[in-house]
This record gives sequence, C-alpha cells and structure tokens, in this order.
Amino acid sequence: MSTPFPPAFLLAADSGSLIRLSPVDLAVIVLYFVAVLGIGFYLKAHTKTGDDFFMAGRDMTAWVAGLSFLAANLGSLELMGWAAAAYQYGILATHWYWIGAIPAMLFLGVVMMPFYYISKTHSVPGYLKLRFDERSRALSAITFGLMTVLMSGINMYSMALVMKVVLGWDIHFSIWVSSLTVAAYVFLGGLLSAIFNEVLQFVLIWLGAMLVPIIGLIETGGWAGMVERISRNFPGQNYTSLWSTLGSVGDNPMGIHWTGIVLGLGWVISFGYWTTDFLVVQRVMTAKDLRSAKMAPIIGAAFKMLVPFIVIVPGLLALAVLPMTLTGEAEALATGGHSYNEVLPLMLARYLGPGLLGLGVTALIAGFMSGMAGNVSAFATVWTYDIYRALWRKDATDAHYVSMGRWCTVLGVLVSIGTAYLVMQFASIMDYVQALFSFFIAPLFGTVILGMLWKRCSPSGGFWGLLAGTVSSIAMWAWVKADPGALRYIAFSPEAKDMAENMYRALWSWLICVSVTVAVTYVTKPKPVAELAGLVYGVTPLPDEGHLRLHERPMFWAIVVSLVLAALNIYFW
Amino acid sequence: MHHRNLISIWFFIGVLVLVYGVIILAAALFNAPHEGREIVLEELRADIWWGALMTALGLLYTLKFRPKKKD
Repeated sequence: MSTPFPPAFLLAADSGSLIRLSPVDLAVIVLYFVAVLGIGFYLKAHTKTGDDFFMAGRDMTAWVAGLSFLAANLGSLELMGWAAAAYQYGILATHWYWIGAIPAMLFLGVVMMPFYYISKTHSVPGYLKLRFDERSRALSAITFGLMTVLMSGINMYSMALVMKVVLGWDIHFSIWVSSLTVAAYVFLGGLLSAIFNEVLQFVLIWLGAMLVPIIGLIETGGWAGMVERISRNFPGQNYTSLWSTLGSVGDNPMGIHWTGIVLGLGWVISFGYWTTDFLVVQRVMTAKDLRSAKMAPIIGAAFKMLVPFIVIVPGLLALAVLPMTLTGEAEALATGGHSYNEVLPLMLARYLGPGLLGLGVTALIAGFMSGMAGNVSAFATVWTYDIYRALWRKDATDAHYVSMGRWCTVLGVLVSIGTAYLVMQFASIMDYVQALFSFFIAPLFGTVILGMLWKRCSPSGGFWGLLAGTVSSIAMWAWVKADPGALRYIAFSPEAKDMAENMYRALWSWLICVSVTVAVTYVTKPKPVAELAGLVYGVTPLPDEGHLRLHERPMFWAIVVSLVLAALNIYFW
Repeated sequence: MHHRNLISIWFFIGVLVLVYGVIILAAALFNAPHEGREIVLEELRADIWWGALMTALGLLYTLKFRPKKKD
C-alpha cells in the first residue's frame, strides 16, 4: 500500500532532461496513447446503462477485477516515488507492499467482500447508507470526493514534473495531454473503459520495468552480490534487512519502531486503504459473481507481493551500481547532482536501449494514467450516486445519471487540473493534501469494520464515531504543525519522520473513532436486525460455495499467499 | 465481460504487445541510434530477446483471444 503516503516528491527542477528519447521510443509512447483512446471509443457503444458506466456491468472476471484493483493503486508516484524511497530507506520501503498491503487485501477478499457484494451497493458510502443512515453516507461521500480530486491533481502535477525532469517535456503540455486522454476514455466508456485500460497498463508496467531488475541483478552477480556491493559502498549502514533494524527508532533510516509498522501501517492504514477506499474497492465490486469478487483481491495480493521486484529492487540496485550518490532534492539542485527521485529513470537509461527505453517511459506514463483514471471514475460514481442523487435528484432516469457521470468525469479532471496548477503556485499545499488520506481513511475503516462485524452498532454510533475520528485526526495534524514538540506524544518520539507521524496519527484517529462509536452505540438505538440482512456478519446467510475443488476456493489461495508472505518476511528479516 | 459480446481485453493487450515486440526487435536488429547514451551490459542484447519474447507473447494472445465470427 503506497498511495496514501508517498514520499515527498521533487518540487522544483530545471536542470534539463535526464533522458533523450529516440524516434523509436517516441513511436512506442505515441502508440500507447492511440491504444488507450481506441479502447475508449470501442467501449462507448457498450456503455449505455448506469450499471455499465459506474459498475462496468458487474460482469468482470476475477482476473480482470483483480488486476484492475491493483493497477488503480499502481498509480502516479508509485513507481518513481517508491524506487526513490528504496534508495533512501533501503528494503524497509518493502513494508508498504507486504505487511502494509497483503493482509488487508486478503481480509477484504475473504471477510468483507461478501457484504459489499451481497448488498449490491454502488460504493462504500452507499454501504454506509444501507448499514447506518444518510448522515454517515453524506460525510464519507463528501470527504471522499474532495480527497479524490485533490489527490488526482497532486498526482497529475507530479507526473508532469517527472516528464519535465526526465524527458524535458513542457509541464503544461504533459498536464493537458495526459489528463485530457484520461478524461476522454473515462468519459466514453466509464468504469468499463477505466478497467480495460488499467489491465493494459498493468501489463505494460511490468513489461517496461521488469528488465531493470533482471539486468541489474546480472550486473551485480545476483542478490548476494548486490548486498555485498551496498555494504561496501555504504559501510556501517543496513539497507537490506526488513525487520532486524526496527527494534529502535535510531537504528533505521526511517526513524520508525516496529510497532508503528505493524499497528499503524499494517493494521490501520493498510486495512483502511485496501478495504474502505472506494478507489480500489470499486474495481472488486464489478466482479461477475461472489467467488470472483472474493478471488479478485487475492489475485491482486499475489501480484502486489511481486511489485517490489520492479520498484524496490531497482532502488537497491542503484545503491549498489550507480557511480554517484543520489541526494535530497535541495542538495541536488544546489550541487547540480541527481536526487533520489531520479533513481528509476537513471536505471532505465542505464540498461535499456532504443525501443525498450520508450517502453520503460510508457510504463511510467501508464502508471500515472491508471492512478488518475481510478480517481476520476471513483469520483464520478460517488458524486453521482452518493451526493447528486442522494441530496438533489432522487428520481431522475438512469440515462440522466449516466449523463451526469460522464460530465462529472470531465468536471473531476478539470478540478484536478486546477489543483495541479494550485500546487505549482503553492508547493506546500502538496504536504497538506497528502495528509488528507490520514484524516479520512483511518476513521472510515473503524466505522466500516464495526458496522460490518457488530450488529449492535447503531447509526448514531457510526456517524459520531466517523466524525470524531476525522476531526481528531485533523486536530492532531494541526497540533504538530503549530507545535512540533507534540510529536513526542503522537508518535512517541520528537525525532519521528513524517511517515512515522502519519502511522501513529492514523492509529490514534482509528482508536478514537472506534471508542466513540462504541460509547455512542450503547446509549442510542440500534437498527432492527431484520434491516441488517446482507450487511452485517451474523445476520447474513452467506451463499454456499458448493462443491468447489480445493484450487477453486478463495480461502485456499488466501492461505497460499499468506504462507508466501510469511516466508518472504523471514527470508529478508 | 462475456455477456455483451465484448472483444476480450486480452486481445487488445495481445495486439499492442505484438506491435511493441516487433518495433523493439526491429530497432535492435537494425541497430537504432542510442542518442549518445552508453548502455551497461549491452552485450546481453536484452533488446533482441525481450523484443522476441514480447512478439511471441503478443502473437499468442492475439490469436487466442481474437474475436470469433458469430454464426
């Protein structure tokens, strides 16, 4: 899980392009744009009803839904940002892919998906309406809509900046071409088009990025050779141990204790993001049947476990083979050197010849566009169903809502472009907007999980818990901004880095949400049990999976993925 | 995805990967210019085998998932 708290990205650079593309590389990139637009035009004829546009007809296979689920997260800053984090923090960055993602994805598939799926809701806010009441839906829909378009704008700006630094492209050209392309194909084919393109983008990301770790490991003589070179280049520093340096905040470059990783990242942030952020959950809701809906997150988890190979390993390889030392952005600007954030383009340029380099750059662009399409299509659904239909037009025709969805795709993109330009003018906004995730996602997870597993949980408990968690998260963030000394209370250390602060703030806001929900529930009236059928564990008869063979059962594959995850963590301990 | 007689997503992916494979293979075989870059381990000729692999994979998916004519 990495979208919620990507590392701080480059804020300014004007040092000319890092890579010069050949005509063959440009042809590869242009073909990509032609393909995604072509798919959009093809799918327009198949996108007529609200279910087609907003839920892709609810007939995706487990593979398509699962890969799309993962690709929507493989967005914007994922490839570049986490390769940079791997150079900076070493293999610790892998926690965001393993313990910070896999358990939550499996939990979504095995435990939560039946309730999302059986309730036939259009969205996570829609589930809150069914489980609690209109207040909880309105609060989560409005905060989600706001968060989505702002994040989309931040991602867009970052992408344009990357294109400027890496390729020397004009920043306005990059913003408008990429965002209008996404707007066009989502406008035409809705979520169906977004999902088709996300699967395509997923394949291209792998094909474009996989050669870097393969050739890099050949150069270093394998994993052991890479570790040996890193130790030689950076004596006294441990970049290749996953857990053994987390006993004390002073022993690792991230300044984090294992409790922050396990409870803050592995529990609250990860479960909050992967099980309640509609951006990703929407993809799984499109599955054609319950078994596919359960399998989709498990398939996504299996591939998520492999993503460090194309993101983290290149960052580690850079520590081993690059002749120069990469630095922070400010120092790189002052000295004319290269920053952490340029690590992936530097590695692409190191190993890839004409054509392959174009494919590598296409992988970066595909990552940016899949993330943006995810934001825009989720925004269109939540705006149309959970805000527009719920609060303004309750009884319009299906065609009217489809039309609204199409136009608010365009609106979402335009607001995102506006945010991108705002960020360009006021760079510090980027920090604030990234904090939005911790404000809204962690408490939402508390509300959804209690609502799903505890039938006594009352509508008022759900609403006030969500509100209290959100407000307390914002308050903690403001407290640290006003008085940095407050970090010692929130993150247990005055030296905690931003990421560690985010982990603990999320944990506190989740605890506050849960505490308030429980307290209010016991003094307010619960919903009648009869109204909770299909929504809550214990009062929902789950369909029998029938006589499936072992390898067809989602639980079997969830156990396999769990065992592989455990083995990887032990191996890289 | 099957209910609406949609062309499979894997067909689109197959076609694009096939075209990319042919382009990359051709660029490798005809030694397209490097734009002044020095490529580490160029002697592995990753462009040839990766281009060939993509061509084969693209062809396989294009054929396997090509749209069938309706009766």
